[in-house]
Amino acid sequence: MGDLFKPFHRKVMLAVAVAIVLTCALTMNWSWLPKYAPLMVRGIWMTAWLTVVTMGLGMALAICLGIAQAAGPWWLSAPAKGFCSVIRGTPLLLQLWLLYFGLGSFFPQFPWIRESELWPILRQAWPYAVLALTLSVAGYEGEVMRGAFKGVAHGQLEAARAMGVPRFTAFRRIWLPQALHRALPTIGGEMVLQMKATPLVATITVVDIYSVAKRVTQDTFIVYEPLLLLAVVYMALAGLIVLLFRRFEASLPTRTA
Amino acid sequence: MLTLVSATAATSTLDLLAWSPPGWGATLVQGLWNTILIALGAYALGLLIGVFGAFGKLYGGPVVKDLLGVYTTLVRAVPELVLILILYFAVTDAVNKVLVAAGYDPVQLSGVAAGIAVLGIVQGAYSTEVLRGAILSVPSGQIEAARAMGMPPALLARRITLPLMLSAAVPGLANLWLTVTKDTALLAVVGFIELTKATSLAAATTKAFFTFFMAAGVLYLILSLASGLIFSRIERWARRGQRNMSGGR
Repeated sequence: MGDLFKPFHRKVMLAVAVAIVLTCALTMNWSWLPKYAPLMVRGIWMTAWLTVVTMGLGMALAICLGIAQAAGPWWLSAPAKGFCSVIRGTPLLLQLWLLYFGLGSFFPQFPWIRESELWPILRQAWPYAVLALTLSVAGYEGEVMRGAFKGVAHGQLEAARAMGVPRFTAFRRIWLPQALHRALPTIGGEMVLQMKATPLVATITVVDIYSVAKRVTQDTFIVYEPLLLLAVVYMALAGLIVLLFRRFEASLPTRTA
Repeated sequence: MLTLVSATAATSTLDLLAWSPPGWGATLVQGLWNTILIALGAYALGLLIGVFGAFGKLYGGPVVKDLLGVYTTLVRAVPELVLILILYFAVTDAVNKVLVAAGYDPVQLSGVAAGIAVLGIVQGAYSTEVLRGAILSVPSGQIEAARAMGMPPALLARRITLPLMLSAAVPGLANLWLTVTKDTALLAVVGFIELTKATSLAAATTKAFFTFFMAAGVLYLILSLASGLIFSRIERWARRGQRNMSGGR
């Protein structure tokens, strides 16, 4: 850390950066901040929650999609491949709107859905946001996991079979951990991408940090300040994810020989 | 009543995709055209920024290197949607300030121009990284040999580095093209009428949400599959004359 600012030009750049931050803090209009702070905290929580939950659910799906493509029979691998192509070939915004507006206008036609216990949940926006973001993770990560599963050395699986390890145990204890280990750096990067995809849910009325910032602009006609704060929040979240994954990767034993 | 409406809707929603006005086909295709236009423009701008950025990051002075590092890190850490809004307001503001200072009336920046500028700046950060990696894959002996022959830097870049790095860069660049075609959908949020916005307008007017969003999905899918084919041809062309490591073919 000490070396980072040793060269003279870095000191100048640091000074310029501090000056920019100070100018922003002092000359711009931040009077709205105290009033909206609680809402912003809720928004940040929603963004983080969406990122973590959809990443978790999506990875579970992606492992199934990956193994189906890497080792499944054709009637499993072909649909899995098709699903990944469709998800990766269309914009997330379109998928989100298809699910929210499409399913949202489709469900009310059926009285038994409207009378069911689930209806109070299905009427809200967040289930559609979670569904769309999860499917998106599954599509992209399914492709990553396919590569990771195929990258595990064949000898490992053959050795397991030779030792008489049952197929599912071999998958659970040998194939999956090694594939995940291989995919971990990619998954870290993908998690940042996923976090960056979450503001789209504001278009279907989910209150995340982006929609809070937009509301500030609508209420007060202040344009730049909420957007700048938004950028800073997302940068902090991205930095946090990168740091966590770096820690996580360092804590895993890696074969050195 | 509701079931009746939905029943008639289900039988006739495909007619809504017809080309002429009662149908929305022409609107969707116009939206697709805008999408392709912006994607092409932004991709080209991104490549331009990327080439200079990659060379700057590898061969530039310490200040240039650090500034480019700040640019790529910032752009890649902030959601595209937020960047689009910030840049959209900032770019329109800056253009208008310049115009007013020069004594002209302020203008409303056209959606296509703003979209290309904004997405191009975002793409530039990613292109910089892809091209930097590709340039690093060029064997250093080739570059040293060219220098030893007294080749000036611009000629060296044009004749040696750029052609040699192309084969390594194409897969990453193909990914970036697919990203930019999908990122154009974000301009829908700013109100620009590209494919996704045109689709949502049509869907909201006719209430045939599934029909239109599915149709737009098919259009995007065709676009991405066709691009995949084109890029695999480009990659084969870029790899011509290289030994095939995996054998066969």
